[in-house]
Amino acid sequence: MMLPALLLQAIPQTQDYVRILPELVLSIFGIVVMVLDPVVDEEKSQKTLGAIAFIGAVVALISTWYMAQSPGLAFSNTIRIDSFSIFFNFLVIAVAAVVILSSFEYMAVQRIRAGEYYALILFGTVGMSLMSSAVELVLIFIGLEISSISTYILAGFRRNEASSSESSLKYFLLGSFATAFFLYGVALMFGATGSTNIDIISQRIASSPTQVLIFTAMALMFVGLGFKVAAAPFHIWTPDVYEGAPAPVVGFMSTAPKAAAFAVLLRVVFAINAPGRFWFLWVAAALSMTLGNVGALVQSNVKRLLAYSSIAHAGYCLVAFAMTSPESSATGISAAMFYTASYAAMNVGAFAVVSHFGNAGEQYVTLEDYEGLGRSSPLLAASLTFFLLSLIGIPITGGFFAKFYVFSAALRANLIWLTLIGVANSAIGAYYYLRIIVAMYMRESRREVPVTPIPFGLGLALTLSMLATLYLGVLPNRVLQIAQHSAQDLLPQSSPVNSNVAQSPSSAAAAP
Amino acid sequence: MNDAFSPYIVSLITFAPLAGALLLTILPRRDRDIRVIAFLFSLATFCLSLHLPVHFRRGLQGFQFEIDKPWISSPNIHYHMAIDGISMWLVLLTTFLTPLCVLISWKSIHDRVKEFFILLLILETALIGVFTSLDLFLFYFFWEATLIPMALLIGVFGHDRKVYAAVKFFMYTMIASVFMLAAIIWLYTQTGSFDFVIIRDQIAKGAIPNFPAAAQWLFLGFFLAFAVKVPLFPFHTWLPDAHVEAPTAGSVLLAGVLLKMGTYGMLRFNLGLFPEQARHNAPWIMTLALIGIIYGALVAMVQPNMKKLIAYSSVSHLGFVVLGIFSFTQSGLNGAMFVMLAHGISTGGLFMLAGILHERRHTYEISEFGGLASPMPVYAASYLFIVLASVGLPLLNGFVGEFLVLNGAFQAKPIYGILGATGVIWSACYLLWMFQRVFYGKVTHPVNNGLADMLGFEKAAVWPCAVAALVMGVAPILWLAAIDPAVHDVLMPFAQFISKAVIQ
Repeated sequence: MMLPALLLQAIPQTQDYVRILPELVLSIFGIVVMVLDPVVDEEKSQKTLGAIAFIGAVVALISTWYMAQSPGLAFSNTIRIDSFSIFFNFLVIAVAAVVILSSFEYMAVQRIRAGEYYALILFGTVGMSLMSSAVELVLIFIGLEISSISTYILAGFRRNEASSSESSLKYFLLGSFATAFFLYGVALMFGATGSTNIDIISQRIASSPTQVLIFTAMALMFVGLGFKVAAAPFHIWTPDVYEGAPAPVVGFMSTAPKAAAFAVLLRVVFAINAPGRFWFLWVAAALSMTLGNVGALVQSNVKRLLAYSSIAHAGYCLVAFAMTSPESSATGISAAMFYTASYAAMNVGAFAVVSHFGNAGEQYVTLEDYEGLGRSSPLLAASLTFFLLSLIGIPITGGFFAKFYVFSAALRANLIWLTLIGVANSAIGAYYYLRIIVAMYMRESRREVPVTPIPFGLGLALTLSMLATLYLGVLPNRVLQIAQHSAQDLLPQSSPVNSNVAQSPSSAAAAP
Repeated sequence: MNDAFSPYIVSLITFAPLAGALLLTILPRRDRDIRVIAFLFSLATFCLSLHLPVHFRRGLQGFQFEIDKPWISSPNIHYHMAIDGISMWLVLLTTFLTPLCVLISWKSIHDRVKEFFILLLILETALIGVFTSLDLFLFYFFWEATLIPMALLIGVFGHDRKVYAAVKFFMYTMIASVFMLAAIIWLYTQTGSFDFVIIRDQIAKGAIPNFPAAAQWLFLGFFLAFAVKVPLFPFHTWLPDAHVEAPTAGSVLLAGVLLKMGTYGMLRFNLGLFPEQARHNAPWIMTLALIGIIYGALVAMVQPNMKKLIAYSSVSHLGFVVLGIFSFTQSGLNGAMFVMLAHGISTGGLFMLAGILHERRHTYEISEFGGLASPMPVYAASYLFIVLASVGLPLLNGFVGEFLVLNGAFQAKPIYGILGATGVIWSACYLLWMFQRVFYGKVTHPVNNGLADMLGFEKAAVWPCAVAALVMGVAPILWLAAIDPAVHDVLMPFAQFISKAVIQ
């Protein structure tokens, strides 16, 4: 009686495939790009392959919407489609689409063969989508690897530049080291609870909360994920890697994989709900904000500056993780989700501008090169200013509400000191973003920096990210409601009891 | 008809300049057209704002022309705008000075004209918004929004050390205001509302359980942001730099209106929300205000640079405002409000006059001038008029406010009044001495002989200030009739603290 039911469940149904539809679409388009690459003639390949990849991302976005109509578990409870995973799926795919748009011109200017580039972005996005939907630690690990390996290669795409190869190698070595930590944490977690399914783990932990093994497992997993989101003290790689990697790729890897890693971190922290996590999150948040901002103060290379700023922003976002009680957890989760979304919008935009200004060989990336751009290239300078103001956290931009929600969640949880560190840091942060604005508007150019007209793809990418930033800054309601709804989905006590997961023996024992 | 219109008039005034700025962005770069359009929009805003004092019901307490619509549901942010007798005059001050700023920049700005006027109009919208918003979130939004256009006006259109001054201005204000933001968020997490009136009533009723423990920190969070803006000694060091480097119009709005954001904030929020903490902290705040009055005056006295002298005189005058506010007397607060308006007009005028001189000689050094009264008689006469207004000659606007403030300070503690009164003497010293060095005697530098007297548009910019200074000095009751009930409203919670009789 039991066996056929189990077997039946093991055979994937149509529903199961619908619930990984975006991943399927992205993979298919990625393969199409790879296959066409040698066929399309080299002159045209830039445009054609990029267009195919962009269409792929758009179709994946539509399929995310289609997938959202049938929430639930898939593939033997390894994947769960709820508003949380839909949110992050949508986010990473949207980022990928915008990055593809902003890469059109970059590829041509840098004379890079396009084929694998677009394919790798699509494949990387598959991994990130998986990370957002998976509720099984092993599957999460696989997603993490897919996304990481793609980004390792992407980081080294400026093959003729030593700095790019250095960036790629550094990212690869340190990244694999960090993922190994994550895997070790998963193994220990399995040892402690006998499962790799997040729902089961959370039930087992609820019944026997005080185990050293669980704490160690959590810490190790946090090391791996902390590396991916560039949180201090695992942030040292960020400036070097961001400096060497191609600018659009930096725009991609500072947002999409980060968002996916934050999704996993949210699941690991809040869905598993392991005790004893408070202090290392607190310390990581405070350290990241402070080290990121202080480091950025002295940078003269815009890419390095934005790299440090991304460390700081990871810190702000981590503030929302330092919640313990269920009520504050809900506000924390929604604040963190909102933060990732608005950070993605503004940072992708900022890097799109940086990649355009960089020109051939990315030779114009220092603050000195930005002098006088307010006059020679007013539209781009104005849009970069807008993104920088959002990164500072000035009202009517998404960056403001992002910080606002995070800090109000922290204050509601009575984290006064962490909030004060946060607001003091955002004041310091204003200084270095301002340096870029000052250079663009208040200084006259000392070097001849060529100004090229804004191509269509970049213009569209900028418009989209600007609209998103503005939308999050003027009408944040809708996105916040989705995030709040997702927070309810994520928290263990309200997880749907629609599968055999809830009937596991330990939870039955824990019930009375 | 009037009632149906009245909720929207405040929004209309606030956003009319912004509409002008948006129109300017799409216009072609024909400098003359841009100047004309900017002037028309700022003038139209002023005419619109005249609606307020005409239809304002004096003697009524509370807010008028109120609009309160939900904007964002989570957090619970309302579009809540209204004015009372305090904010109404500050709105008028802003709308009055902006067209004059456009006029005074007519010739002096010839590079990036379009950007200049766009920034000026955006700044006007933000400034009006600060005074009209009653939702703390909206207030913070406008507060921050003033920062960017002002920093850009200084940094792009300023003089030699403009970048240094702009960044210093930005960082000082930004760092101070994030603490206000933290305090605002705290209040929101406890009350679930950003509405000034709701939060004030909840605090007054003691409906917030955690409030007593946090009150002092909240007070300081708000106070720091405002004290930097005022600027209160020892947070004043950004001001001279910003003024010296700013273009004339920037200086006028900076001294005329931006500084009043700080004193307005103290009056509205520090006194309105935290009366008990305000009373506790008053002694050291008044001491700092007195130091500011005397120190500002003494430093002004020795400045070789005309604009720096006027800047330090602002530190001194704003000290009077803070002194008046924290005296918690009807007279002191009335006086503080009046000094704010009077200072806005007379210092605005002084900066315009300094700008006119800079146009001709490209320097602010007092030693570069001397004996200017003979080549520029009209200019000298206008200058003298404004200087006398600023000094506080009876029948001009400076006198009324300072008198009321000192009266209030005297009631609070005689020594405050006595020390404060020395500031009046100092201001006569440094301003009249400066006037003497610049205008009297023989022309010391031959190049000054050929200086042209005031041009038509310069007269059009400066003389309205002179007229306003005279009217305010002769008939202060026109202003005080609306200020008095509003101040009475603010002082209500203090009635229980202060045993001394408040003079009527």
